[in-house]
Order: sequence, then structure tokens, then C-alpha cells
Amino acid sequence: MEKYLLAVLVDNKPGVLTHVSGLISRRAFNIESISAGYTEEPEVTRINIVVSVESENELEQVINQLSKLIDVIKIVNLSKAESIARELVMIKIRATKENRADIIDIVNVFRAKIVDVTKENVVIELTGQQHKIDALVEVLSEYKIIEIARTGAIALSRGPVPVKNM
Amino acid sequence: MLINGAQAVLESLKKEGVDVVFGYPGGAVLTLYDELYKMNFRHILTRHEQGAVHAADGYARATGKVGVVFATSGPGATNLVTGIATAAIDSVPLVCITGQVGNPYIGKDSFQEADVCGITTPITKHNYLVKDAKTLPRVIKEAFFIARTGRPGPVVIDVAKDVFDTKIEYEYPVKVRLKGYNGDYTGNAKEIDAAVEAIEQAKRPLVFVGGGVVGSDMANEIRAICERLAAPVTCTLLGLGSVSAGTKGFLGFAGMHGSYAANMAIMNADLLLCIGMRFSDRVTGKVSEFAPKAKIVHFEIDPAEVNKNVEVDLRVLGDLRWSLPILRKKLFARAKNFAAEFAPWLEEVTKMQAEHPFGYSEEGDVIKPAALIKKVSELCDDDTIAVTDVGQHQMWAAQFFDVKQPRHFLTSGGQGTMGYGLPAAMGAKVGCPKKRVVLFTGDGSIMMNCQEFATIADNDLDVKVVVVHNSILGMVGQWQRLFYSHHYSQSELKGKTDFVKLAEAMGVKGYRLTKKEELNTELPRILAEEGAALIDVIVPEEEDVLPMVPGGKRLDQMVLGGN
Repeated sequence: MEKYLLAVLVDNKPGVLTHVSGLISRRAFNIESISAGYTEEPEVTRINIVVSVESENELEQVINQLSKLIDVIKIVNLSKAESIARELVMIKIRATKENRADIIDIVNVFRAKIVDVTKENVVIELTGQQHKIDALVEVLSEYKIIEIARTGAIALSRGPVPVKNM
Repeated sequence: MLINGAQAVLESLKKEGVDVVFGYPGGAVLTLYDELYKMNFRHILTRHEQGAVHAADGYARATGKVGVVFATSGPGATNLVTGIATAAIDSVPLVCITGQVGNPYIGKDSFQEADVCGITTPITKHNYLVKDAKTLPRVIKEAFFIARTGRPGPVVIDVAKDVFDTKIEYEYPVKVRLKGYNGDYTGNAKEIDAAVEAIEQAKRPLVFVGGGVVGSDMANEIRAICERLAAPVTCTLLGLGSVSAGTKGFLGFAGMHGSYAANMAIMNADLLLCIGMRFSDRVTGKVSEFAPKAKIVHFEIDPAEVNKNVEVDLRVLGDLRWSLPILRKKLFARAKNFAAEFAPWLEEVTKMQAEHPFGYSEEGDVIKPAALIKKVSELCDDDTIAVTDVGQHQMWAAQFFDVKQPRHFLTSGGQGTMGYGLPAAMGAKVGCPKKRVVLFTGDGSIMMNCQEFATIADNDLDVKVVVVHNSILGMVGQWQRLFYSHHYSQSELKGKTDFVKLAEAMGVKGYRLTKKEELNTELPRILAEEGAALIDVIVPEEEDVLPMVPGGKRLDQMVLGGN
């Protein structure tokens, strides 16, 4: 299975996410992550999809089927272009007096941040590529992880050209 | 012009050239129906919302226009679902306007509330929830544009009840502005050159025509192209009529119950020109061994159809209304004598066709379904619209009814929707009042939507309904006979229903034929009569539709039959 990151520009209208997610489920496409947010244009939403496919052919199917949706304006396969992908994770972890220093060491090594501390826990924030986040989660799995929230990857192409003009 | 939302809907329909709506009123659309009453807008009141949507589908397939449906919120709208799915998979343009509960009530599980956009998203080309009356004219304009352009399909507009009552400054947009859809499907002419080159190289080409040719009204182009090539031609179920039955080289339809010659030609061709089709599993048989010797060229409007089920060698992406005229011109511009080149191949397949036509055994005094359909076909003129329901009779109709023109064979292909036939025939008659409309149905299918006999009677719609009555769900029974040790589990219909009385109870004349000779003595007279009629034709129970490609088998692994 190969993973590809698709930048999907859609109309910022109600129902768009239903159309996109409905299509993904009914065509039985494998989606690793999906995230959506506003863009520089108020009427356009950008949906970032990481899709996992068996072949180029299947990827073509995903792109062609998504393109058929009336409210999809443009799709660019950012895995093909030079691009930078990032994901944000927040990890809530049990931390006691005894192990807090160890956890802080790990956070520093990963250049992550501690954004909340109580007597019993810390919340760690890290932005990075997926494999870096996976590595942090792996290291922290020795401790008691209470919960994890991840955004899924978002990406921009390198250089001055935006996706809408690609 | 200051008008309310309901008036805006009807004004917009007029501007779109809509002359009839199929529908059923209810709480959320009362204002819409009040304006319809005041405007005297033509409306066919069906007896079930499912009847309305299939009627609009039949109307659309027969006329090429967009079919329009009204229904109320909740159950009214959910009753449309089967019909919308039927239209979507067969690329039929519909605009369904459903009432939704009023804005303040949305999301509160209000009376007759259902999430219509959520429910219809997977089965529509697009859908809208209109909460703001000001957007209504734009939305309707877009909906018709989306439904009828490109690969056609159904569009649902779900309108909050209070929107119909809200006054707006009405202006109908002249242009549609959609960022992600412009309806222009002009392709790259170089792809056509490549297709022409492939034809030049071929020795054993087969033209394979799909429903897209019917939907884009390109049958004349196909006929000209086939004449120029003098190559054999087959079609899908929905492509029937693109090439007139009886044309030399036309092998009948292909696929699971398609003709021997068509399926063998697919397996032996060195070039397949697939035009406006989507390689359904009913057509391909074992998909990995479909057309193993052929280079496949796919003419298609929808990029997502290319390489979806069958990997093709060449694609010509674009509207057939763009590509086929160019293909025709380029073929006529070539000096090559295609007819001479392809003659041995044409002779080979027409010989197969002559040796293995669709057949059936004539034995006994009973009426054989195939003989019935052949007889009806003989008694009908070339302008007759044949409509079918779903099951064995549908396949017999496809095999034995001579379809001469596009838009003259209406059937639920992709969904295989039982209950499609009667309302669709009714819609076809509304759209084409001067044409004869004949429905082939079964004793299973007719009961799904038989309430529409009332609509047919009340509107004086002359539809002849031929019930191929075998006292079983025939296709289910056939599979049970072949693959489930003759266990007729819940497929036998040996009940007390009297179809003649059923029709008569709703105001439609009913007749029953039981003997072979009645096909000659009674049938011609009944078909010639004015007005709707049901003809209950008793046929044997254990009759198989053959040939048959069993599920998962190659197209050349047909079970043959007949004489």
C-alpha cells in the first residue's frame, strides 16, 4: 500500500464534507487521514486527504471520483510535487514526580512542547512529519498515555505556486 | 418581481422548459402545491412517491428532457430513494424538489423530518438544502444545468418549508457559475486520431455501444460509423435501439443473457470500440478475461469510468456529441476499404449469429414468454416505446423485442429495480402521447407499484401492460433451479391474486390469455384497442432465460439453450 497526500480545494458550502466523506466510504477507498480548514479565499475550503492505495490505477480512481463531485474545485497530488507535509499531535500522558524529568527529556529531544501540566499529567504538543510523530508516540508508549489527538497531515507545495494554480 | 419561494420554483421550472411535474403533496410542500394550483401547472398525481420518481425517469428517458418530481419531507422524500438510485446508475437527468421541515425545526427530529441530503448524497449527481429563499433561483438554475449536462444524473433540491412562503426579489440567473463544474466536455482530438489509427490496424473490430449513445442522442452518428466500417456491432442493455434491430452486423446485446454471437465476438475481437459504457459486471462476465485478444478503446464522458472495471488501451475522453462526429468524419476521410478488410470477420460472426440466434422451444399448447414478446414486437410499429420491469421478462424483452430506435427501450439496467416498469411506462406516455407504449412486466414486478394503475386510468394514459405471468419470481427461481438444488425458497407466487380484477378495480381494462392460439386471435385486437389495458398472459413456470453466462464465468462459457 502506497500513501499519497491529496490537496482538495472545495466550495466552502454546507454539505461539502458530507459529499466528500460519503464518496470515500461508498467507493470503499482507504483513507489514512482527512482534515479540512479555511484558506486564503473565504469561499474555498481546503481538504487534506492521505489516501492509501494498492496501485497508481486506484489512485487515479480516487482522484477521478472526487473530481466528479460538483463542489470539488481542484485536486492536486502533493506527493508527486515537491512539498512539505506536517501533522500536529497532542498527547496527554500520566506524569508523576518520579518520571516527569524523563518525559521532559524526551520532549526536548523531539523538540516538542509541554503545553499543560498538572500534578498527575502533562500534555505534549508536537508538529512534524508523520514518521517523527509516530516515533514520539512509540517512545512515550512506555509511559501511561491517557489520550492522543492527531490532525492528520496537511501539506503545501514548495516554491511560490499555490495548489489552485498548479 | 416580488414573489414567494413557491412561485419562484414554478417560475424557474417554466424558464427551464418544464411542462409537467410528477409528484405527491404533503405538509412541507403545501405552499408549493397552492401556487401550482393557482398557476394551473401541469402535474401528474401518482399514488406513491416512488411512482412519481420512476415516472419522471421514464419521461426523461423517452424524451431526453429533465424529469421533475415533487415530494414532501420525511417519508415523501425517502420514498424517492429507489427511483433516484435507479436514475443515477443509468445516468438519467432528474430534478427532485422535496419539502424539508421549516428552518427552526431542522435537526430537532421534527414531524416528518429526514436528512434528505444525507440520505441522497451517494445516489445523486449533486444535492442542495435550501434554507435561504434568496438562493432558490440560483440553486434551481444550477440543478437543471448539472442534471442535463455532462454525464446526466439526478439532482435533489431539499427546500425548507418556510422558504416556500418567503418573499424574494425574483430574478432568474442567465448563467451558471460553478467553480468546480462547467459542463464542457470537449476532449483532445489527438485521442480520436489514436482510435482511428487503431481501427486502421484492426482485422477483427467490434463496436460496443452503451447507454451513453442513447443519452447523448448520438445513435445516428453510430449508425453512420457502423455503416462506414461494416464491422459487427453489439450493445449493452441500455444501448438497445442505438442500432436498429435487424441491421446487418448487429449481433444483439451482450453480457450475461446476451447473444452467443455478441459474447463470442467480444472474446475473439482484436479491437473493441466501447462507446459510452461502463463495463458493468453484467456485461463483462469474468472481468479479468474480458476481451482477452482485443485492444480496447473507450469513448467516455466520465473520466472515473475509464479503467474502473476494465483496463483499457486507449481512451477518448469527452462528450460523445463532440467525439463521435469527429470520429465519423475522420473515418470517412480515410481511403481504406474497411468493408473489404473486415468482411471475413463480419462473415464469421454473422455465421455464429445465424447458427445460435436467441431461441426457445415451441413445444406444447402453452404460451412461451419468448413467443409472446416476439408476437407483441411484430404487432408494434417502429415508433413503439417498449418498457420493462426487472427479471426474466426483462431479458426476454431485450432478446426478442425488436427495438428500432434509441429512447424506445426503457429499462432499469444498473439497479435492476423491480417496480420500475409501470410508472416508467406511464411517464413515457406522458412525454410521448402520440407513441404507443407497451410495458413488459412479471407477476412479481407488477405488484411493486401496481397502485399506479389508478394514475394511468385517471389520466387516460394508453399504456398496454403485458404481464408475463409464470407464478414465480422467475429470475430468482432460475438461479435456485440452477445453483440451489431447485429449492424455490420464497420465490413461488401461486397465490390468489387476480391481475385482471386488480386492473379493473383501478379503472384499467383487463384481459387474460392462456392458450397459444390467443396470441393470434386475441392479442392483436387487445393491442389495437384504445386506452390502457392489462394483459395477464399465463406462461409456464420453469422456463430459463438462455443463453446465460453464470456469475464469475467468461463470456464464452455460456450455457446455451433454445432450438
